[in-house]
Amino acid sequence: MDKRAMEESLFKGLMIASTLIILSSLVLILAAVIVKGLPAMNLAMITQIPKGGYYLGKEGGILNAIVGSVYLSGGATLLAILIGLPVVLYLNVYAKKGARIAVFTRFSFDVLWGVPSIVYGAFGFTIMLFFGLGASLLGGIIAVSLLILPIMSRAMDEVIRMVPQELFDASYALGATRLETAMKVVVRQALPGILTAVLIAFGRGIGDAASVLFTAGFSDSIPCSLFRPAATLPLAIFFQLGTPFPEVQNRAYASAFILTVIILIISITSRVLTRRFTRNIVK
Amino acid sequence: MDGKTHISVQNLSVFYGSEQALKNITIDIPDKKIIVIIGPSGCGKTTLLKSFNRLVDSIEGVKVSGKVLVDGENIFDPRVDVTGIRKKMGLLSQSPYPLPMSIYDNVAYGPRIHGLKNKKELYRIVEHYLKESGLWDEVKDRLNAPASRLSIGQQQRLCLARGLAVEPEIILADEPTSALDPKSSQRIEEIFLKLKKKYTTIIVTHILRQAKRLADYVLFLYCGELIEHGPAAEIFENPKEEMTKEYIKGIIS
Amino acid sequence: MKMQSKRLLKDKLASKLMLLVTVFSGLLVFMIAIGLYQRSRPILAIKSLTELLFSTSWHPLKKEFGLFPFIMGSLWVTGVSIAIAIPLCLLSAIYLSEYAPRTVREWAKPLIDLLAGIPSVVYGAWGILVIVPLIKNHIAPFFGAFSSGYSVLAGGIVLAIMIFPVIIHVSVEVFRAVPYEVREASLSLGATKWQTIKLVVIRKAMPGVIAAVVLGLSRAFGETMAVLMVAGNVAKVPSSVLDPAYPLPALIANNYGEMLSVPLYDSALLLSCLVLLLVVLSFNIVARIVLIRVERSVL
Repeated sequence: MDKRAMEESLFKGLMIASTLIILSSLVLILAAVIVKGLPAMNLAMITQIPKGGYYLGKEGGILNAIVGSVYLSGGATLLAILIGLPVVLYLNVYAKKGARIAVFTRFSFDVLWGVPSIVYGAFGFTIMLFFGLGASLLGGIIAVSLLILPIMSRAMDEVIRMVPQELFDASYALGATRLETAMKVVVRQALPGILTAVLIAFGRGIGDAASVLFTAGFSDSIPCSLFRPAATLPLAIFFQLGTPFPEVQNRAYASAFILTVIILIISITSRVLTRRFTRNIVK
Repeated sequence: MDGKTHISVQNLSVFYGSEQALKNITIDIPDKKIIVIIGPSGCGKTTLLKSFNRLVDSIEGVKVSGKVLVDGENIFDPRVDVTGIRKKMGLLSQSPYPLPMSIYDNVAYGPRIHGLKNKKELYRIVEHYLKESGLWDEVKDRLNAPASRLSIGQQQRLCLARGLAVEPEIILADEPTSALDPKSSQRIEEIFLKLKKKYTTIIVTHILRQAKRLADYVLFLYCGELIEHGPAAEIFENPKEEMTKEYIKGIIS
Repeated sequence: MKMQSKRLLKDKLASKLMLLVTVFSGLLVFMIAIGLYQRSRPILAIKSLTELLFSTSWHPLKKEFGLFPFIMGSLWVTGVSIAIAIPLCLLSAIYLSEYAPRTVREWAKPLIDLLAGIPSVVYGAWGILVIVPLIKNHIAPFFGAFSSGYSVLAGGIVLAIMIFPVIIHVSVEVFRAVPYEVREASLSLGATKWQTIKLVVIRKAMPGVIAAVVLGLSRAFGETMAVLMVAGNVAKVPSSVLDPAYPLPALIANNYGEMLSVPLYDSALLLSCLVLLLVVLSFNIVARIVLIRVERSVL
């Protein structure tokens, strides 16, 4: 009897230790970002663009990257909504339940979800070459929108699937077309969830480096055209870290701090929204 | 009730959160007889059964008060070893749930976890109990096949063999035939009657005819309360309580 | 009547448009694969696939494009990350789904998912800050070896942390999907909770857990930025975990600048991208199919 209890206690100890290790890695990473990044933070970082010699240690900030990232991820999110929302609406409103196209598309999105971001970057690059586009904001937008499309669609799909059949029936019974039901009833009902999906996708897009590496290039100025290269936060961090100057490297950590804060805010907001949304659902 | 008492339930109440599933049950369960618990669904019959082998413990938010004495020992005493209690009780559920392993391993599972390693001994036990539950002839050639391949009637008999293999003293059966076809049901009932000589058997059923066929004693549970109990003949022919009469006549169900 | 037909027309039009977009999305995977293949054709025309995959000679200027060191680099780093992640994640998933009190579970799960949101550059930066010095100054000397710190081990550790959320999330769901009746069957025979988990629950959950691990594996295989920053990027097959490695995604990412100036370079890199895609896709598809089957058999 004791032997069984001992084995159980041993494993229980190992299990709790594992969980603690995993949770503490999160704490370690956040702590490092704060400890290294906070001291190097100052107002100039977020309000100025890199002045001459910034990467050699002179003044400036990373406003170019902050604005660039926001524009890029924002544009990509918009593009992804334009493609993703119609698809999800089609799957849930127009297609019959269990139709082959629905199963196929959903499976396809699930598979796309796992494609590495560098593949999207490389593919975006080939598209850009095809159209004669150089490294640019637009190129980055296209690549990132492909990256976040499966994530956004899946999140939206899960929310829209929860809309009760009775709501559909009520709308049809009043003589509404499928389009009207989709746009006026379904979207409205699922709006909080759709917004959450958009937020999640935006957060994913803003943090990714590999997809913008080939496609968006980099620039020291704030983007003012779709067709010129744009700076992004992840790449700014990467480049600053790559210099041999400690002041610049510290600024890299400050930039990492900024990026992490942005993403944490988005993450927590979307989680809070999801909770609030599911609380109000009547089952 | 005459005869030796095997289980003595004293003021047993079970709460699921704020809902009271069992209200102050007091009853003495006699030894080596078949006791049938009848009553409408959702009235605590399964809860009572699961209290006997303390499976209620694993339900979140459950609270138990009162005592259940088995051979004089309170099974709810915190110092008591739960696994030992469960070994004494064999549970047969409504839908058969074979473990995800072969037929042989299913029956051998119980003895193995309690420390038996000798292969010859294990084989002897598996053969013996598969014979006791009337399954041996049908499976003796494919003991290593997965248990999930058996028909549902065979699976239920397998679960019975599995439960007997740990050598319990008491058999608990929760609607053991409701998922089975009439022929398999009949076989299970015959086995219960045969096992009566060695085990105290407590069966929950909502099939009144089955209760009449099997019971020595009857407990009538309604909304968590023990309304009436007594020898089968008395309860079925001459129930004292109004509610018992109505249930047996089939008015409330 | 006119109003009616206008609305119906809109509906029909929208339906066709949406169908188009849906089909387009469904075919996206194929389009990506085909696009990459098209750009890889130049190099496939001159060199055989086996030569490209198994040659260790990487000299782009001499038109030598042996991908073997990079494939091995990826395998080493991914292997280390899985070796670290599997035991930790499995134990943690069992704890969270079977033993942890509800409050712990409700806090731990979102926190672990938060790990998934941290961008790969930040992981890389953290790796450079913490893990690389750790290996250089403490771990390597402990084993009597020298290492710059930028190594397979560094990549493996960082990747392991990156794939914790995927493996745990899916594993916990798989464990919780095991029906409670099977657990009860085991418990009522007198098994302890741990015996039940060890002998019954894990068995039933095994296919799903394997699928979770495969998903994590494919994520690790495709990760670019973080490994690029800590793995060392030396084009040689690693001979120990303390050696540097040059995983496939890092190769592609590092050389995009020179891609167009050296002949056939872009073709070789995009071929490696295609290889990467196909490997990851096959892992993903297999894992997804297994998970669908698991879901079906349980319901």
